[in-house]
Amino acid sequence: MADRPGSTGARRRAGAGWRRPGLAYLLLLPALLLELLVHLVPMAVGVWMSFRELTQFFIRNWSAAPWAGLRNYKVAVDVDSAIGAALLRSLWITLAYALLVVVGSWLLGFVAALLLQRPMRNRGLLRTLFLVPYALPAYAAVIAWNFMLQRDTGMINHLLVDNLHLTDDRAFWLLGDRSFVAIVLVSIWRHWPFAFLIIMAGMQNIPTDLYEAAAIDGAGPGQQIRRVTLPMLRPVSLVLILVLFLWTFNDFTTPFVLFGAATPEQADLISVHIYQSSFVTWNFGLGSAMSVLLLLFLLLLTAGYLLLTSRRRRRAV
Amino acid sequence: MRVRKIGATAASVLLLMSLAACGDDGGGGGEKTLTYWASNQGPSLDADRQVLQPELDKFTQQTGIKVELEVIGWPDLLNRILAATASGQGPDVLNIGNTWSASLQATGAFLPFESAEIDTLGGKDRFLGPSFAATGATGQPPTSMPLYGLAYGLFYHKRLFAEAGITTPPKNWTEFVAAGKRLTKGGQWGLAVEGASYTENAHHAFIFGQQHGADFFDGAGKPQFTGPHHVMAVKQYLDFMATDKIANPSNAEYSTPNQPIGDFAKGKAAMLLWQSNAISLLAAAGMKPDEYGVAPIPIADPLPPGGKRVNSHVAGINISVFKNTENRDGALELVKFLTSSGEQQILNKALGSLPVVKDAYSDPAFETPVIKVFQDVLANTAGPLPQVPEESKFETTVGSGMRDLFAKIASGQPVGEAEVAAALTKAQQEMGTGG
Repeated sequence: MADRPGSTGARRRAGAGWRRPGLAYLLLLPALLLELLVHLVPMAVGVWMSFRELTQFFIRNWSAAPWAGLRNYKVAVDVDSAIGAALLRSLWITLAYALLVVVGSWLLGFVAALLLQRPMRNRGLLRTLFLVPYALPAYAAVIAWNFMLQRDTGMINHLLVDNLHLTDDRAFWLLGDRSFVAIVLVSIWRHWPFAFLIIMAGMQNIPTDLYEAAAIDGAGPGQQIRRVTLPMLRPVSLVLILVLFLWTFNDFTTPFVLFGAATPEQADLISVHIYQSSFVTWNFGLGSAMSVLLLLFLLLLTAGYLLLTSRRRRRAV
Repeated sequence: MRVRKIGATAASVLLLMSLAACGDDGGGGGEKTLTYWASNQGPSLDADRQVLQPELDKFTQQTGIKVELEVIGWPDLLNRILAATASGQGPDVLNIGNTWSASLQATGAFLPFESAEIDTLGGKDRFLGPSFAATGATGQPPTSMPLYGLAYGLFYHKRLFAEAGITTPPKNWTEFVAAGKRLTKGGQWGLAVEGASYTENAHHAFIFGQQHGADFFDGAGKPQFTGPHHVMAVKQYLDFMATDKIANPSNAEYSTPNQPIGDFAKGKAAMLLWQSNAISLLAAAGMKPDEYGVAPIPIADPLPPGGKRVNSHVAGINISVFKNTENRDGALELVKFLTSSGEQQILNKALGSLPVVKDAYSDPAFETPVIKVFQDVLANTAGPLPQVPEESKFETTVGSGMRDLFAKIASGQPVGEAEVAAALTKAQQEMGTGG
């Protein structure tokens, strides 16, 4: 980093603070304790619960719940039983959902950012407009979709059947196979503005000389996107894809608000599935075991992704 | 040096504040204030507040005890109670569905009503027998007291019946389906159901099960969902949409009472199998009391082997006191107030339910033909849902399974005996993991 005027003075002041480590640690302590309290303690409690038979008889006094060993885990991974099979099915559905949402959101975000890259009239207005789904409170946004997607009274069927006469059949969007399509579309609608925001910021960091040089070399707009924009966006995209994937994979609000307590089998996403598994049978030990398995799965997936992308990066260098 | 001192003090204050915030019970108010969670009985949470708040103000005037009221919708109530039980941070007094009595009793979170407490409410004999029987497992002191009585009935739309030339409400299921088919035409359907509601589905599984001679728990309280009678009972209810086609497939999406009851009020459906509280919801939907009639829900004729003449469960709402309330006496005082004769008359009249104490029936409002039908059902042909700890799980597992089957039917997939049997097997497996 280049030295800026005054930076030595600033460093000296910061250094003076560090010479009194007691105060610094003391100031950090409340945040650290709260962090422990908010994140790590519930996580540890969840792991502890997963080894217990925490049912309705013990929810008032958790510590009295009998030790279950690995029984909850065995039930969760036994794919021959109804519970294990349903969990596995939910995992596949969630993976498909997360992949479609990530790809859809990234593509939409990329195209929108690209179109709004060049100065044009109303660019600021359009950018603001595109961010509206992201800025809306999640509950308000998704419950509106729930109303719109209802079969008899929803706006979507009214538009498709009564206004556009595309079909005579009023489709179910909140039940059956189309419920998966509905949740994917609503989720892309919610998440793509974030992708748009991040990609837009990434594009603004690409030096214009690169495009000029490419143009001089005879690269057309398509080649400029392929040879300049995409490679330069790579670091941003890698993080964006990981964040979007984790968000959508763990997404609870969108399915829960869209379908209420009546989640269709075809859109049985894993976070809601685990919630239902705990509350339908009051078996919080089993629900916790499923959560721990999900956590391990995501950790492995994330580690694999980071390893793969960093290796490729090293190879590229 | 001084800076360090100020910093250290600030950090300590912040730390203490954060710890204090974590220990706050969030109750607010003085020690006299009670928190009361009421279940949603009327057409909306706000409508319930408007009925309850003046009565609670009256209670405050009489006793000096303030009551903070929160009305909670049915989809959330059980989860809220479970969360409160787990955290120990619950209300002082709360309503529960009476079918959950034994399940919630098993958590140990509620105050048992010993004979001394029951005596202060006027004694056991003051309450209606069937309602009092649904307050907890037999042989244990009850952990809830009856508050509102409910029973199922067949609501029929008088104008639509007249237009179809049907003069009397159906008495058995053959007549019911035949009437339903005559009433189904154009945008109008014979029956409206709340297909995505696990509670409604489970109640009907119980009622049809009783008529088919199928008990969902054996004598030892163990679940038994998968017998042929159980399958036939559940299938009969689902068939109203699947094969009889007298219920609109869109009903598979319905998850609030206002949806089917709204269809009935608008003349889009001619019959409802609903609890007595539909009266207040129909009034809110703009339907006048003389526009509909109420008859007992049909009973199979002849009854299948082992079948019972049951056309409702002993439905109702109970009131409980959280064991860790800091104002036990005040909480019991509120229970006494809400179960008093005068309040029973006011509240049940406003909410369309039945008083649970005999002395409240002197009010002529409970002498109407409609109320008489429900009283008769509750007294003679209502069966109690099993008072076993696993009961609430029966409602969630079987009711949710039926919800998924309704969804399949609506989206055109076949749902026959095999599919129903598979769903009930899955429900029973889920029960097996809970206990």
